[in-house]
Amino acid sequence: MYKVLKREKIVPNIHLLVIESDAIYKNAQAGEFVVVRADERGERIPLNLVDWDKNSVSMMFMEIGTSTRKFAALKAGDEIATLVGPLGKPTEMTKGKKILCLGGCYGIGALYPVIRAFKEQDNTVVTAIEARSAYLLYWQEKLKKYSDEFYEITRDGTQGLQGHINDFLQEYLRTNAVDLVYVQGCTYLTYLSSETTRPYGIKTIVGLNPIMVDATGMCGVCRVIINGETKFGCVDGPEFDGHQVDWENLLSRRKIYLKEEVYSLSFYECEKYG
Amino acid sequence: MASKIVPKKTPMRERPPQERVKSFKEVPFGYSPEEAITEAKRCLQCKKPTCIPGCPVEIDIPGFIKFIAEGDFAGSIKCLKEKNVLPAVCGRVCPQEDQCEKLCVLTKKFEPVAVGRLERFAADWEATQGESPIPELPKSTGKRTAVIGAGPGGLTVAGDLSRVGHAVTIFEALHKPGGVLVYGIPEFRLPKSTIYREVDYLIRCGVELKLDFVVGKTATIDQLLKDFDAVYIGTGAGLPWFMNIPGENLNGIYSANEYLTRANLMKAYLFPEYDTPIVRGKRVAVIGGGNVAMDCARTALRLGADEVRIVYRRSRKEMPARDEEIHHGEEEGIIFEFLTLPVKYVGDEYSWVKEMECLRMKLGEPDASGRRRPVPIEGSNYITAVDTAVCAIGQSPNPLIPQTTPDLKIGKWGNIEADEKTGKTSKKGCWAGGDVVRGGATVILAMGDARVAARSIDEYLKTGVW
Ligand SMILES: Cc1cc2nc3c(=O)[nH]c(=O)nc-3n(C[C@H](O)[C@H](O)[C@H](O)COP(=O)(O)OP(=O)(O)OC[C@H]3O[C@@H](n4cnc5c(N)ncnc54)[C@H](O)[C@@H]3O)c2cc1C
Ligand SMILES: Cc1cc2nc3c(=O)[nH]c(=O)nc-3n(C[C@H](O)[C@H](O)[C@H](O)COP(=O)(O)OP(=O)(O)OC[C@H]3O[C@@H](n4cnc5c(N)ncnc54)[C@H](O)[C@@H]3O)c2cc1C
Ligand code: SF4
Ligand code: FES
Repeated sequence: MYKVLKREKIVPNIHLLVIESDAIYKNAQAGEFVVVRADERGERIPLNLVDWDKNSVSMMFMEIGTSTRKFAALKAGDEIATLVGPLGKPTEMTKGKKILCLGGCYGIGALYPVIRAFKEQDNTVVTAIEARSAYLLYWQEKLKKYSDEFYEITRDGTQGLQGHINDFLQEYLRTNAVDLVYVQGCTYLTYLSSETTRPYGIKTIVGLNPIMVDATGMCGVCRVIINGETKFGCVDGPEFDGHQVDWENLLSRRKIYLKEEVYSLSFYECEKYG
Repeated sequence: MASKIVPKKTPMRERPPQERVKSFKEVPFGYSPEEAITEAKRCLQCKKPTCIPGCPVEIDIPGFIKFIAEGDFAGSIKCLKEKNVLPAVCGRVCPQEDQCEKLCVLTKKFEPVAVGRLERFAADWEATQGESPIPELPKSTGKRTAVIGAGPGGLTVAGDLSRVGHAVTIFEALHKPGGVLVYGIPEFRLPKSTIYREVDYLIRCGVELKLDFVVGKTATIDQLLKDFDAVYIGTGAGLPWFMNIPGENLNGIYSANEYLTRANLMKAYLFPEYDTPIVRGKRVAVIGGGNVAMDCARTALRLGADEVRIVYRRSRKEMPARDEEIHHGEEEGIIFEFLTLPVKYVGDEYSWVKEMECLRMKLGEPDASGRRRPVPIEGSNYITAVDTAVCAIGQSPNPLIPQTTPDLKIGKWGNIEADEKTGKTSKKGCWAGGDVVRGGATVILAMGDARVAARSIDEYLKTGVW
């Protein structure tokens, strides 16, 4: 069992989870993730590492289905059944490049360790985060600390630039030279960003989120098609070149258990609230 | 003398097929004490037992059977445990028909002594006697050993090393110990409680078990070697193979590992009480012909399929699955399509598999394995409807450890190379055995390798000579 040190709602539906661990920090690198399981009956789900130290690891998660609902109900002092990591390949590091980093929803948190690492390697970091509205943006100060330029984008214009991330991307790439684009967030965001950068021929690294179970390369549920070849998201990724991803396949594989997930959530809520 | 021999094994009672396909409860019930004694008395107590050489861990077979015949069940389990730390498991899943029972003298004329069933009986009897007493442990040697993987191999090494006074820590990637015995082999064939009981015993003997620890990620072997004097790698063969045919990434197509892990480790058959879902297909095809394929097919039936087919490219004779499993599968209504090879999956508009295209095969010349090679019959393609397919065509070792341990010598199939007589790898202080060395093999061979390595590790720790 692993002790919850903190669980805090950061913005509606997005929570920070800090769990006690003295094993994971030693080898943890930017871009890696952990697998967590709430309780004995729980599912194993992957979450990006957003920070780590000698005593703990931190994750940022979006509340959607049963598992994340269970995590959202945790408080300091509670315990979770499983915490394992670091998993996946770390973000490939570059030096002295100009990198445009984009994040949305939980990906805003997931960006944090990556831009920190990019910055530490003397890259020029341009960070842009997006949300539907101002009240859904978070961690601006933390991100600014490692960013040379910083942008906020909201669909309703309540904060920063108004529009979609691809509007911003188009505009930025038209007027600035960038060596690499890096994207963290939901599949729609990673997909849209990749399609937007494609005509510019700028390498675009995206963090993918296929369904996972063991996350050690044992089951193959996380398979994604990259440049026509099947890869395992958990050990060959989760970061891939967005221009090589078979998005249609990824999007449909994410929906395998849609029916069951909805059922599971209503079952959980009935059990919990009667 | 021969006239007194009962020609057939004492039958073992089983749950009837109609009842068992609806539940994950174990199929055979095991012997009652009376049945066990009757069966034990069939053993001739040969002076030169031919059965023992058939056992990879050299159990004193007539010895433990004699105790049962005399009603001394405690004596019997003690005798078994001298050579085998997991008798409850081996009694159930070992291919006795290819090992001890095949070589039993009775086999020439009659059915062999039911060695496996008797082994299971003694172990199950012990389980009803409360916690097994902890043997007196020797003084600590002060040496620290790390065992990677809590499968049957790792557990055996851990038991052997702790029994001679070395400190042992097991590192296991998953959240439960047991390896394939827990994540792969279903409850109806091997109840998980039998394994947890043995693991619990090891822990009471002072073995430390660290779950949720992926060696190669959480710590590398080189990092472990800073804290431990010896490392045993028993990480199994957990990398699933796919066929690389068109449509294999459609929804509804599983690897055997995923299918079984969801069902067993994650208990998806109890969804939604347990959170992990599994597709409950109605027309299920399982590709492959081994124990793994049989386990997937029988799991699919229990998950409510109307029709489950085993699709195997050779004929029944070449099927590597145990006879008992094929027999159970047939009783339960599994359809066998031999000499058949899937070549393509076709999806519906939502990317769910709806059809499988197959090719009929015939047997040609024998291949390297001595089995006749299947060759396609041209133009024999046909299409059949499926809503779930499970690929159970084999697996090889996971590359995580090899990738992060550059001085570990790796074979052609990604297997770790280890010396047969000692289990030593190319890296000083590291031993390996079981499926990670052999590729997919058996529980008892993993345990045999473990025993050999434990002896070699002990010697190294005592002498310091590599
Ligand atoms: C490598 C990796 C890293 C990840 N890192 C994070 C992270 O840092 N923070 C985080 O919140 N999530 C992350 N995810 C996604 C996270 O694992 C899932 O959100 C989680 O499994 C959902 O579990 P659930 O039971 O709550 O919801 P489910 O019941 O499994 O899902 C409910 C519904 O939401 C959909 N859905 C699930 N996840 C997402 C998503 N990410 N975007 C859009 N729709 C989704 C499902 O398709 C389903 O329809 C990551 C995934 C991977 C593979
Ligand atoms: C479905 C199925 C049915 C089978 N049926 C039979 C049968 O009836 N009879 C029979 O004799 N054999 C059977 N086998 C084969 C048998 O189970 C294996 O040969 C045996 O389990 C091998 O034991 P092992 O200890 O080498 O490895 P495993 O049992 O594979 O255990 C390896 C363990 O190491 C862990 N691990 C892997 N990588 C790491 C890492 N990097 N760090 C930490 N831990 C790690 C794994 O999670 C696992 O728990 C079957 C196999 C399967 C899959
Ligand atoms: S060979 Fe058969 S009869 Fe002889 S000792 Fe072994 S089990 Fe008994
Ligand atoms: S999650 Fe099982 S192989 Fe990637």
